[in-house]
Amino acid sequence: MWNWFHKLASPPHFYRISAKMIPWFAFPGAILIVYGAVSGLFVAPADYQQGDAFRIIYVHVPAAYLSMMAYMIMALSAAIGLIWRIKLAHAVAAAAAPLGAWFTFLALITGSIWGRPMWGTWWEWGDPRLTSELIMLFLYFGYMALRAAIDETVKADKASAVLALVGAVNIPIIHFSVEWWSSLHQGPTLVRAGGPAIETAMLYPLLAMIFGFTLVFGALILGRVRTEVLFRERLKHWVRVIVIPEGAGA
Amino acid sequence: MSPTSVSMPGLWHGFSAVIRRDILLAWKRPGDVLNPLFFFAMVSTIFPLAVGPSTEQLQFSGPGVVWVAALLATLLSLNSLFLSDFEDGSLDQLVLSPQPLPLLVLGKALAHWLISGLPLVIMSPLIAITFQMPADTINIMMVTLAFGTISLSMLGSIGAALTVGLHRGTALLGLLILPLSMPILIFGARTVSLSAAEDGVAAGIYFLAAYCMLALSLAPFATAAALRISNE
Amino acid sequence: MSAKSLCLLRGDRCLFRDLDFALQDGEMLVIEGPNGSGKTSLLRGIAGLLEFECGAMRWNGRALHDDYPSFRADLAWLSHRVGFKGDLTIVENLAFESGLRATDDSRMGNALARLGLARLTDLPFRSLSAGQQRRVALARMLLSRAKLWMMDEPFTNLDKAGQSLVADLIAEHLAAGGAAVVASHQYLDIDGKTRRVLLQ
Repeated sequence: MWNWFHKLASPPHFYRISAKMIPWFAFPGAILIVYGAVSGLFVAPADYQQGDAFRIIYVHVPAAYLSMMAYMIMALSAAIGLIWRIKLAHAVAAAAAPLGAWFTFLALITGSIWGRPMWGTWWEWGDPRLTSELIMLFLYFGYMALRAAIDETVKADKASAVLALVGAVNIPIIHFSVEWWSSLHQGPTLVRAGGPAIETAMLYPLLAMIFGFTLVFGALILGRVRTEVLFRERLKHWVRVIVIPEGAGA
Repeated sequence: MSPTSVSMPGLWHGFSAVIRRDILLAWKRPGDVLNPLFFFAMVSTIFPLAVGPSTEQLQFSGPGVVWVAALLATLLSLNSLFLSDFEDGSLDQLVLSPQPLPLLVLGKALAHWLISGLPLVIMSPLIAITFQMPADTINIMMVTLAFGTISLSMLGSIGAALTVGLHRGTALLGLLILPLSMPILIFGARTVSLSAAEDGVAAGIYFLAAYCMLALSLAPFATAAALRISNE
Repeated sequence: MSAKSLCLLRGDRCLFRDLDFALQDGEMLVIEGPNGSGKTSLLRGIAGLLEFECGAMRWNGRALHDDYPSFRADLAWLSHRVGFKGDLTIVENLAFESGLRATDDSRMGNALARLGLARLTDLPFRSLSAGQQRRVALARMLLSRAKLWMMDEPFTNLDKAGQSLVADLIAEHLAAGGAAVVASHQYLDIDGKTRRVLLQ
C-alpha cells in the first residue's frame, strides 16, 4: 500500500495518472451540474417564504462548502508536505489556494445576492456565515501573498504550510466567534430554504449540484496541480521530453 | 575540553536570559516602548475627531475604538520582534542553541508583551475616560485587553517569524495576522460593550482567557518552526 | 562526524552533489572554493541551519537527525554577522550567552585579555571596530565548552596579528581534542590535522 503512495508522490507518475483521471472527474461533474441547474432552476417549486430568490442556493451552498473543503485540502497537504517532505503535497497546497479563494468569492457574491431581497442591502454584517466567509477570503489572500513574497519555492512551501496550519486551527475559533458576535444582535440571517424539512424536490438538485461542483473542483485542482508540477520540475529531464515534442523547434 | 566543569543552563535560565536581554535593550531605547503607545493614543483620538463628539456616540463606539487602536498598535510593534536578531546574526545563535527554540521564542514574545502590551493596558484607562466609559467597564476593558494583548503577542510572533526579512514585511504581517486575530477582537470589544450595557461578561472573559492559554501553549511551536524556515 | 552523499539546492541551482567527508577529534575540515561556490551554505547545512536535499550526516556514531540538541550543545558558530547586540556592552553580550549554552564565565577575564579586549568591556558593542567585534565573537567561542567550532571566513576584518591569533586558537582547540570546520577562501593549514573539501 505504501508502494502505491510512494509511486503517486513521484511527479512524473502523478502527471501521467492525472491525465487519465481528469475526464472521470470533469464529465460526471458537468453532467451533475447540468442536471442540478436545470432541475433547480426550473423544476423545483418556489420556496414558500422566499419565492424564486432562494434558487441561488444551488450555487451558493456548493460554493461555500467547497471554499471550506479547499482550505482543508490546502492545510492537509501542507501538513503532509511539511512532515513527510513530499514535494507533490506542497504542489497540491499551492494549487488549492487560488481555487479556494475563487469559490469563497463566489460564495460571497451569491450569498449577497441571496440576501438582497430580504435585507434590502447588498451586505449584511449581521449574517455570521457571510462574515466568516469574508474572513476566510482574507486568510486565502494572506496565504497567497506569503507565497508570492518568498522567492525560493522550497522556502515558500514550508512557510506557507505553517501559515495554512495555523489558519486551519483558527478557522473553527473564527466561526464560533462570529456566530457569537452576530447572536448578540439577532440580525437577519440566511434562512434555510423550505424551512426545517427540505422537500425532496429541492433536495435532489441541491445534492446534485454539491456533488457536481465537488467533482468539477476535483478536475480543476488536478489540472492546476499538473501545471504546478510541470513548473516546479521544469529543469528535469522528464518535463523536457513532454514539453519539447519531437522535431518541434524549441 | 572538560565538559564536566561547566553544565548546561537549565530551561528557566535560558528563558529568563532571553527576556532579560530584550527588556535591557528596550530600556536603552525607550522610543521602542513609547512609539506604539503614542500610536495607540493617536488612533483612539482620531475617531472622535472624525466621527463627532456627541456623548452617545463616544460611549457607544468607545470599546470598539480602543480595541481596534490596541490591535493596530500591537501590530506595529510586532514587526520588529525578530528583525534585529535576523539582521545582526543573533537569530543564528538562538536557532543553534541547545535550548528548545519554542522556549526561547516564548521568552521573546512575553518580553514583547511586557514592553508593548502591558504599558498599553496600563495606559488604556486614560483613553477610556475620554470616551466616557464608566468605571466598572474600564475594569473589564483592562482585563480583556490584558488577555487580548498577550494572545496578540503570541499570535503575532508567528506572523513576525514568517515575515522577518521579507520585502514589505510590515504590510504582509498585517494581512496575515488580522484575520486570525478577529476572534480576539470580537470577544474583547463586544465584552466591553456588554459590560457597558450591564450585561453578562462571563462568557467573553472565559473565552479570552481560554484563547490566551491556547496561544501561550501552541504558538511558540509554530513560531519556532516558522523562524527556522525563515532563517534558512 | 561524517557525511555521505550530501547535495544542496539553492533556488534552482544545485550547489553540490554527492559530497562526502569525515572528521575526527583533533582534526580540522577546511571548506575551500571561490566566492559563491556554496561554502557558507555547506557550513550552514552542517550546523543544521539549512536542510540538505539528500544525504545523511553522523555525529558521535549516531545519525544527526536523531539528536539535534546534544549536537548543538557541542557546537559553537561564528559567521560574518557576529550575532551581538549593538546597544549592549561586551560583558552584557557575553553574559547572555550563558543562558543559551554552557559557558565558562570564570575564564572571561583571561579570554578578553588574550584577545586584547580587556579595556573595552564597558563600551557599547556598536562602537567597536569590525576587527574588535570579531574578537569578541572569538571570545565567545573560547568561553563556550563546545567541541566543534564552525567558522565562516574567520579571517575577515582582522589584521595580521589577529589572523595568526585565530590560527593559534584553532590549533590549541584541536590539540585539546576539539574539532573545527572552517570555510575560508584564504589558505589555512595546521600540519597533519587538516582535511579539505573543495567546492566549485
